[in-house]
Amino acid sequence: MNRIWGVVAWFAGLLFFAPVAWMVLTSLHSEPDAATNPPSLAAPITFDSYAGFFDSEPWPPLINSLSASIGSTVLVLLLAIPAAYALSIKKVEKWSDVLFFFLSTKMLPVVAGLLPIYLVAQFTGMLDNISFLVVLYTSMNLPIAVWLMRSFLAEVPVEILEAAALDGAGLVTTLRRVVAPVAMPGIAATSLICFIFSWNELLFARVLTGVVAGTAPVYLTGFVTSQGLFLAKVCAAAVVVSLPVLVAGFAAQDKLVQGLSLGAVK
Amino acid sequence: MTAVREVAAPAEPRPPTRTRQVNAAARWARRAPLLPALIFTIVVTQLPFVATLIISLMRWNSLDPANRGFAGIDNYTAVFTDPDLRSAIGTTVVLTATVVLVSLLLGLGLALLLDRKFAGRGLVRTMLIAPFLVVPVAAALLWKHALYNPEYGLFNGVLTWLFGADAPQPEWISGMPLLAVEASLVWQWTPFMMLILLAGLQSRPQDAVEAARIDGATAWQVFRYLTLPHLRQYLELGALLGSIYVVQNFDAVFTITSGGLGTANLPYTIYQTFYQAHDYGQASAAGVVVVIGSIIIATFALRVVSSLLREEVRG
Repeated sequence: MNRIWGVVAWFAGLLFFAPVAWMVLTSLHSEPDAATNPPSLAAPITFDSYAGFFDSEPWPPLINSLSASIGSTVLVLLLAIPAAYALSIKKVEKWSDVLFFFLSTKMLPVVAGLLPIYLVAQFTGMLDNISFLVVLYTSMNLPIAVWLMRSFLAEVPVEILEAAALDGAGLVTTLRRVVAPVAMPGIAATSLICFIFSWNELLFARVLTGVVAGTAPVYLTGFVTSQGLFLAKVCAAAVVVSLPVLVAGFAAQDKLVQGLSLGAVK
Repeated sequence: MTAVREVAAPAEPRPPTRTRQVNAAARWARRAPLLPALIFTIVVTQLPFVATLIISLMRWNSLDPANRGFAGIDNYTAVFTDPDLRSAIGTTVVLTATVVLVSLLLGLGLALLLDRKFAGRGLVRTMLIAPFLVVPVAAALLWKHALYNPEYGLFNGVLTWLFGADAPQPEWISGMPLLAVEASLVWQWTPFMMLILLAGLQSRPQDAVEAARIDGATAWQVFRYLTLPHLRQYLELGALLGSIYVVQNFDAVFTITSGGLGTANLPYTIYQTFYQAHDYGQASAAGVVVVIGSIIIATFALRVVSSLLREEVRG
């Protein structure tokens, strides 16, 4: 009986993985080999599509995505670590209300704030500017980061903090010397999650950026209406853009759920 | 702190003011690290919603700037009477409910499978998570071009493999547009549901299950009376979080059908109303309607999360 369920699980796993495998395989075929019916599994492997992809100036969008994601992740950590510290170790009055306020912002659809944000960007001359995306992505990820960091920091033993306080350590020293080392794995996971969400974001980037600050997902939307001749190239682009997320996601898979479920599931 | 102050106050009439000052200072020192994050969040997330609320009551089309003014509830009337927007509300509800329910059921099945021991379990788990880790736009492009395409997509290719040259070659996207969007989203969200439910399964107290087995309970009875009640919270959490994320979906609708053929959901319609039709007032009113819908879901979601939080505090 157990063996049968194992086979079923393998079948399901392969079924779910097939589209991803197909994307990679198609990206490694020449355009004519990619666009055949029935599909040619045995067609020769070529890296032409990747070469073509990198020839077509994908670097600006990739670098824009990298700057927006890393910039907002750093900003999130700078804001979230002290906040989570205040909420978990030194409990603020009504701390659970504050925590729920952060959570509630995550439950409001971003699309409902899009227009005023666009108008502000237009008014301040920040359209098509990566710094503006950095601020927005920070607000998008901050609630998740505060929730996650709170649960990680709650695991720092109070005795260590009391000892640090007795030695006269201030807030910054305590955070840097005492809290950060203990909470490092949690900080790393939170960073990966924030990075993934920022990297994936399309709606804000699509509305607020253009020629200069377009991110990788916006670059991919250029393929939305493309026709069959570019199938291998579409797949190569999808693989390259997804690669950072696949790597970061596998590294943080358990924490990723915790992040998405706003820290509610451990 | 307060207790000490109250006890000390009557005995010494003078120091309390100082103590209170010290207390207030200490309270502020405790709150201070929280303030940057709090202020930032209020400014960047709450103010835009307030602005949306105000704009939703205005007549404002950026192509016709002279005609700007107070509109009252006209935009809301338009949202509920405009056939496009009305159908967008329906599409959003159907799309969200279908994707969440199907991926929750599939996720439950997969979580139960992965909860058993079998050879290569880690590898199967990794394969199952992969769909969730493909960038959403990339995933939508993959489905649109590499899987659904009627001429060279994988689906019709597999049909040709199985049934030869005469195999049916359906037009997946134009033939069943909403289903095409839903299937790609189910593929992306099932792993998320599976991971949440797997976390739930693994936190299940094993001794109760053992005891029930010794007492002769069947596998079904264990599932029905022990596993399912334990999973209830996790199922609720998955359903509610899934709803919150899927209600907001823009990437799949934009990429696979560009909102055509009755697949335009509210986020896509709002994007179009504001970005292409430039009707700021109406886009804002539709935005407020989405917020109200989300608040209804979120009220339940917060209740579920807070019950999990209470459990954590108790434990």
